[in-house]
Amino acid sequence: MAVNPLSGFTHRRRRGAELFLIVLSLLVGIGAYAAVGLGVEGTIPANIVGYGAWLAVLVVACHIVVRMTAPYADPVLLPVVAALNGLGLATIYRIDLAELAQNEDANTFSTDQLIWMTLGVALFVAVLVLLRDHRRLQAFTYTSGLAAIVLLLLPLMPVLGTEINGARIWINIGPMSFQPGEIAKVLLVIFFAGYLVLHRDALALAGRRVIGIDLPRGRDLGPILVMWMVSLGILVFQRDLGSSLLFFGLFLVMLYVATERPGWLVVGGTLFAAGAYVGYLLFSHVEARVGAWLDPFGSEYDSYQIVQGMYGQAWGGLVGRGFGQGDPTLIPFSYSDFIVAAIGEELGLTGVMALILLYGLIVERGLRTALVCRDAFGKLVATGLAVVFALQVFVVVGGVTKLIPLTGLTTPFLSYGGSSLVANWAIIALLLRISDQARRPLPELSGPTEDDATQVVMIR
Amino acid sequence: MNKPIRTMAIGCLALFLALLVNSTYLQYLQADDLNSRNDNKRVRDAEFSRERGAILVRGNSVAESVPVDDQFEFQRRYPQPLKFAHLSGFYSYTYGRNAVELTQNDILSGSDPRLFVNRVVDMFGNTQPKGGDVSLTIDPQAQTAAFEGLRDLGGPGIKGSVVALDPSTGAILAMASSPSYDPNALSSHKLSEISDAWKQLNNDPNRPMLNRGVQEVFPPGSTFKLVTAAAALSSGQYTPQSMVPGGATLDLPLTDRDLPNDSGGSCGGERVTLTTALEVSCNVAFGHLGMEIGDDALREQAEKFGFGDRYLDDLNGQAESRFPTDPDEPQLAYSAIGQFDVAATPLQMAMVSAGIANGGTVMKPYLVDEIRSPNLDVLDKANPEPYREAVSSSVARDLTQMMIEVVDNGTGATAQIPGTKVAGKTGTAQTSADQNPYAWFVSFAPADDPEVAVAVLIEDAGVSRDAISGSGLAAPIAKRVMEAVMNQ
Repeated sequence: MAVNPLSGFTHRRRRGAELFLIVLSLLVGIGAYAAVGLGVEGTIPANIVGYGAWLAVLVVACHIVVRMTAPYADPVLLPVVAALNGLGLATIYRIDLAELAQNEDANTFSTDQLIWMTLGVALFVAVLVLLRDHRRLQAFTYTSGLAAIVLLLLPLMPVLGTEINGARIWINIGPMSFQPGEIAKVLLVIFFAGYLVLHRDALALAGRRVIGIDLPRGRDLGPILVMWMVSLGILVFQRDLGSSLLFFGLFLVMLYVATERPGWLVVGGTLFAAGAYVGYLLFSHVEARVGAWLDPFGSEYDSYQIVQGMYGQAWGGLVGRGFGQGDPTLIPFSYSDFIVAAIGEELGLTGVMALILLYGLIVERGLRTALVCRDAFGKLVATGLAVVFALQVFVVVGGVTKLIPLTGLTTPFLSYGGSSLVANWAIIALLLRISDQARRPLPELSGPTEDDATQVVMIR
Repeated sequence: MNKPIRTMAIGCLALFLALLVNSTYLQYLQADDLNSRNDNKRVRDAEFSRERGAILVRGNSVAESVPVDDQFEFQRRYPQPLKFAHLSGFYSYTYGRNAVELTQNDILSGSDPRLFVNRVVDMFGNTQPKGGDVSLTIDPQAQTAAFEGLRDLGGPGIKGSVVALDPSTGAILAMASSPSYDPNALSSHKLSEISDAWKQLNNDPNRPMLNRGVQEVFPPGSTFKLVTAAAALSSGQYTPQSMVPGGATLDLPLTDRDLPNDSGGSCGGERVTLTTALEVSCNVAFGHLGMEIGDDALREQAEKFGFGDRYLDDLNGQAESRFPTDPDEPQLAYSAIGQFDVAATPLQMAMVSAGIANGGTVMKPYLVDEIRSPNLDVLDKANPEPYREAVSSSVARDLTQMMIEVVDNGTGATAQIPGTKVAGKTGTAQTSADQNPYAWFVSFAPADDPEVAVAVLIEDAGVSRDAISGSGLAAPIAKRVMEAVMNQ
């Protein structure tokens, strides 16, 4: 009898439950699409069958691949992601219709987003099919680190990089623009995990003890200082507050989890606070964001976007205006960074709470995977992915709802944006792979038993 | 490694809880504040495309929404723009709202809690919600008399105001201010037209959008002698027959200047009765009275009539009438005859008159009479309420008698109405040497059973300095308004 030594019971596969939840998630996605058509034009969109079929094919394909390659994987992650992605598509379609109503030549995004989702699903399948054991990634620790740094540097290259809305985080490949930071996020998690698994003992050595907290030794501060400078570099050269916060926070948390020393959080938190404060003093773009956050109705800083977002959400109220009854075109970038505000307007507080809970479920499932995972590398990767996801949701939703200063990050699975969508599908694939390993029953131990007593072998 | 992972899980839980709480704050608790902000285009657009309720005067609308074929579907129209502009106000896409359009916006736009049932019915019936109607206390004939009275003085250049009250309820029967403006121009759907009209109105030195009835204070001049007389009679030391100084000049302490009478001569003797002093509007007598009873008693009496307070809820931008704090003796003498730093709105002076007419009780003025749902059910009706007890009924009786004498035998003769006893008081307030004086008249009628109290102020009628007087310019308009009310 195979028994999980950690929890004392065997995880069931639960693929049937996953399929049931997937049907529900498709109801959300396709239902939202139909509701947009009804709300805006009074009829169900003409292409609902084709659209719905395509969405169903993508999601069911994921389910089948999971069934075949990761049968013990967590059953909740995929349906939640499918629901979020479906809702995001419907919302972007809604905003497209609103833009088209004002200007027949407006850019539309919903078709592109569906293509990106298809690519994301392809990557999801590729990860699950090609990567049968997440521990193999440990061999690529430094390759991942190097690749991440190259990706982060790419937007700074003269021809390749472009600056959009003040942040230099995009590269142009042919007609498409791409945000390499989103992919770098995943690679950094792998790099940190691999590095920390090897060096955690050295980093865990305590140095001085100050007010009950073990602070690390000075000579071990090297990696955290390097990461700190990389984050500051992103802030200074790419003017991207959100990514800077995201990467540094991710590193800190993984360091803490690997070493089990809260002292790292103190050191890192202090470093970050100092860096952020100096950034606030030195750089006008940081100051402008903080100023617009502190006094959105003042005239000193440009706070049009955040104020319109707040108006939209307030107008939505508890249950929202309903799809088609709001005015998402008033909020700049309502199809990307501010999609939560557009959802808040048309689906109300109820809709926004549902979103936050769905995101919370993803994070919870990721951390649960880390808890039951049997190897340190897997634990670290799962924690890193879950935390980076939580941080990103907090930074972007908190920014849009004026909990914290606004920073430019995409809303996972909702915002228009290819790189983000593809990278997030890859994150989910990795989490499913690790959770499959973690929940799979231990292989039968084929050691000697009493019945198999040593046989006397005649050799002659 | 599981312990720090659990700690992180709690950390993430805290982050998500913070998001949930903050969203609730934003979309539920803070939502009303955000929705009522003036620059919130969303709310404005929604309001603009809703059928807004009408502002009614005796069943006829002075502001109404009519269907049009553009993105907002309804256009605000003002059928009698100039006559009612300062009461209805405007409803502008760019510049917000004013007057009743502003103060009754919740009803007119349909978002008032009293219209909740209608909204629910509309929601289930899937019909566009409509706003409720607001019915004003205005008497159309009185309003016309006030408006035309000002206009007939000589065209749109006239600056002045007329306010008429029902003394027993405080209902505003007429409120006209000149020059007026056309709110239709500000409520247009063509944004450039709105901003042109707005600029033009704001650059006009005569300030046509100013409601002179409530939004500006003027020195009340001799009409303030009613307040001084009320204080004197209330002190118990004076009766209408008390003898007061009536010479040509009053010697002012602390200065070598004297206070003369308007006429330059005496008030009919070295000593005259208080009644005679009011009849001929004797500066010497009232300057002396003011110094005798003191600034505290005068201020207290003024405040009992409403000075230093805002009491009208139905119009925005109300100015406070004032009596100076801590004047010295000469300043007090001038204050007692409504000069120096005394200033009052025409509404305030109408309230002085109405308070005396109503046996000493000043009623709280109001303009909105009824609130009606879109299907014409009366949701709310104004309830007249006493504002302050300004003087006792015996003092009110004495003052009434003295004011009747003013009209019958004194400066107010131009307000006489055959067959009806009229009580009144004229005023001519000096401002500065290079500016024309203000002409005032306050009155009520019939004196024995008052139906209407009026205050008329002419700030500038474009006539020469010596043609300006309360009896010449203001009293005939007051007479016209009183007649309009009584002839119904």
